[in-house]
Amino acid sequence: MSTATSNAQKKGGFLAGTANYLDERVGVAGILKEFGRKIFPDHWSFMLGEVALYSFLVLLLSGTFLTFWFQPSMVPVIYDGAYGPLKGAEMSIAYSSTLDISFEVRGGLLMRQVHHWSALLFVAAAGLHMLRVFFTGAFRKPREINWVVGFALFVLGMAGGFTGYSLPDDLLSGNGLRIIDGMIKGIPVIGAYTSSLLFGGEFPGESIVGRLYSLHIMLIPALILVFVAIHLFMVVIHKHTHYSGPGKRDDNVVGYPLMPVYVAKAGGFFFIVFGVIMAVAATFTINPVWSYGGYDPSPVSAGTQPDWYIGWLDGALRLAPTHLEFVIGGYTLSMNILLPMVVGIAFLVVVALYPFIEGWVTGDKREHHVLDRPRNAPTRTAIGVAGVVFYAVLWAGASTDLIATHFKMSLNHVLTTMQISLIVLPIVSYIITKRACLSLQRKDREIVLHGRESGRVVRLPHGEYIEVHEPMNEYEIYKLVDFKAYQPTLARPNAKGVITVRARIRARLSRFFFEDRVEPVTQAELEAAHDHKELH
Amino acid sequence: MSSKGKSVAKKKASVEAEHEYEGGLAVIAPDAIKDPGLEPHRVRMTDKSPKHEKAAERQVVFLFLLSILGSAFALYAYFAYPLSETDLGSVRNNTLFLGLGITLGLMGIGIGAVHWAKTLMPDAEVSEARHQTRGSEETRARAIEIIELANQESGFTRRKLIRRTLYGALAFFPLPGIIIFGDLGPNPKNTLKHTMWEKGVRLTRDPYGTPIKASDVTIGSVFHVIPEGLSELEHHKLEEKAKAAVLLVRVDPKELNPSKGRENWAYDGIVAYSKICTHVGCPVALYEQHTHHLLCPCHQSTFDLANECAVVFGPASRPLPQLPITVDAEGYLVAQSDFTEPVGPSFWERSA
Repeated sequence: MSTATSNAQKKGGFLAGTANYLDERVGVAGILKEFGRKIFPDHWSFMLGEVALYSFLVLLLSGTFLTFWFQPSMVPVIYDGAYGPLKGAEMSIAYSSTLDISFEVRGGLLMRQVHHWSALLFVAAAGLHMLRVFFTGAFRKPREINWVVGFALFVLGMAGGFTGYSLPDDLLSGNGLRIIDGMIKGIPVIGAYTSSLLFGGEFPGESIVGRLYSLHIMLIPALILVFVAIHLFMVVIHKHTHYSGPGKRDDNVVGYPLMPVYVAKAGGFFFIVFGVIMAVAATFTINPVWSYGGYDPSPVSAGTQPDWYIGWLDGALRLAPTHLEFVIGGYTLSMNILLPMVVGIAFLVVVALYPFIEGWVTGDKREHHVLDRPRNAPTRTAIGVAGVVFYAVLWAGASTDLIATHFKMSLNHVLTTMQISLIVLPIVSYIITKRACLSLQRKDREIVLHGRESGRVVRLPHGEYIEVHEPMNEYEIYKLVDFKAYQPTLARPNAKGVITVRARIRARLSRFFFEDRVEPVTQAELEAAHDHKELH
Repeated sequence: MSSKGKSVAKKKASVEAEHEYEGGLAVIAPDAIKDPGLEPHRVRMTDKSPKHEKAAERQVVFLFLLSILGSAFALYAYFAYPLSETDLGSVRNNTLFLGLGITLGLMGIGIGAVHWAKTLMPDAEVSEARHQTRGSEETRARAIEIIELANQESGFTRRKLIRRTLYGALAFFPLPGIIIFGDLGPNPKNTLKHTMWEKGVRLTRDPYGTPIKASDVTIGSVFHVIPEGLSELEHHKLEEKAKAAVLLVRVDPKELNPSKGRENWAYDGIVAYSKICTHVGCPVALYEQHTHHLLCPCHQSTFDLANECAVVFGPASRPLPQLPITVDAEGYLVAQSDFTEPVGPSFWERSA
């Protein structure tokens, strides 16, 4: 057998020779046979996750470059580098080596900016990807666990960002750490000790940069890599979802084959993402640490902002009401610190658990591979928008001072408005979104039953004016009716004849979710509408 | 499962996967509108006109050539725009031209490949069967069999004592791995409650360390203050500074409202307050002269200097601690003692 194959391969030249070599050693033919023509659905919104993945690759590349020069030491030195204004200043080695990368390494500043911009993009793209998955219901069975993996990646992204932000040991990042120190100290019982463990004694100490460096270049990226591998492995197992519409079913997958189309598109897209990051890094300054100076616990600059993905937590700290600190039995309970932390963590927990909550309420045990249009799941969409608004208010809360100074408003009024908005706006946006979704669904029904408004008004012989409606073709119709409505359940007695609290809660939630709903047009309704038209 | 049951299950799975499981509360209309199947494929210009195909090919080639040009320019820029210590603009030029060259090198490949895929590779969507994630009944039966076999052969459930001691051992073995991190930092004990200030320590300017005469402090002026000797510390300079930093302000003595026992903590309208915010520890560095308010730029906690720095706004809860001051024989401002309470962010044991 082997002689026959190798003879056959020899005719093929170098490429065939290599393929044969690899197949006989790692079985590459089997891999290609299995995956080479795997189908990937195509939609612009599926690129968001890709952007996150590619910006992570760019992070690894640019970060590795930076490690060759950066020195994570907080030992003080007198600066004598290329940046004139700081000559003679006392600073940590970490800060001075950051300045060296910026001013004495060709392409060093470029790579620092590539690294920082791609970090900002990584978290942003991961966040948008999560929103896409949420609003299209892609987290439903069998993908609940992959949602949690993706959620972990988002949190790891924030952790990676924050640890990296703190490394240069400049004034801004030092103040960021000071805030973390203050928050940790506010934890009941163990706060002060925990802070001491983290900083190796009193704040700021000389350990924290080295410790964050270990986390930032080893532990966190390793975890991200592992979770990315699991995330993608599960995508292969489940195959990608596709949007609802004609020909898209739960038991098929419609799209383009991996080779060649998807390889070209996705591979090319990596270069585009990298290229865009490079263009931004080449032309826009990010984190000019040299203008802040090294860390010193005494000065601070007004109007400073954390990186965008930390903003919501900083906002939560700002929005806490005054005088929330209590002394109980001689011990201090800092609710002004704890409340924002609890709110932030609770928000994250709800996000992580949402697929399981919705799955329990609907009781739907089927596999879902066809995505929902957001309007066809009005309650979920409304919950999602309320969550986005909640996050957005916290996020805007981190800029109360800038909003006040830029728009010449009273800082106190801005903050009070934000505090009220944090409670009120999510509720308002929930109601508006749900109503908007239901209206859009009704409009869809209208279009399916009576066709699209053409804007052409004609006068009939007997004097009546009507607007001509253009009928839709069967594909267009199917796009608008391809969804399932859910009906609320009642609290039913179990086998023992008891209505449990669990059943009652579930019935309440189910009513909350599905009381208002618009069902898709059925064949009978469609025919009735057509008959009705013919009568005219 | 009997072979008959198996074949039924198989048939069901292949017909419509979603009916195998309960749909919960989903309403599946019996007369839903039928799926017409995939939309017919629309043929592109590049598929029907050789002229367009040729043009698309040229565009892709052009983009790849552009990429080569970009990468070559980046190589050129690396040498052509060196960094110069005398001209900081050289950093900008190096970053800009090197970056733009690399950008072109990357974008040429990226846009070229995508354009190639979109115009010249087949664009008809293909449908492929998708199977349920769960294994077939056979697979599941075999999996259970393997687990049972493993259980039998090891006696995992049968040998209770082995199992339970193993659980115990597994629960205990990580503990040394946790305790070993104990020396990450010392027990803070009372360090958080004391600063460098003590009786007779002069107030000096931050960062120069020059002492301040009471007569230097005019009404309305603000001094950023550190204790004398801080700049000369060999160790823990920043840690001490993070606790001892003080803001010194002089106001009209009539505007101050000291509480009982604190009447002589100020010197002729000169008051000294800890600069470390009682919220999470940022430096409270902004002073508004006409309202006597101190503002923390991090989270906007606002303190009223005329009222012993009581919190008037923002997330902080406690007033900034006051440093009792007086003047020494030479007229320099000195501390009467350390702060009488811990400075900076709250912690559990602060008032214990």
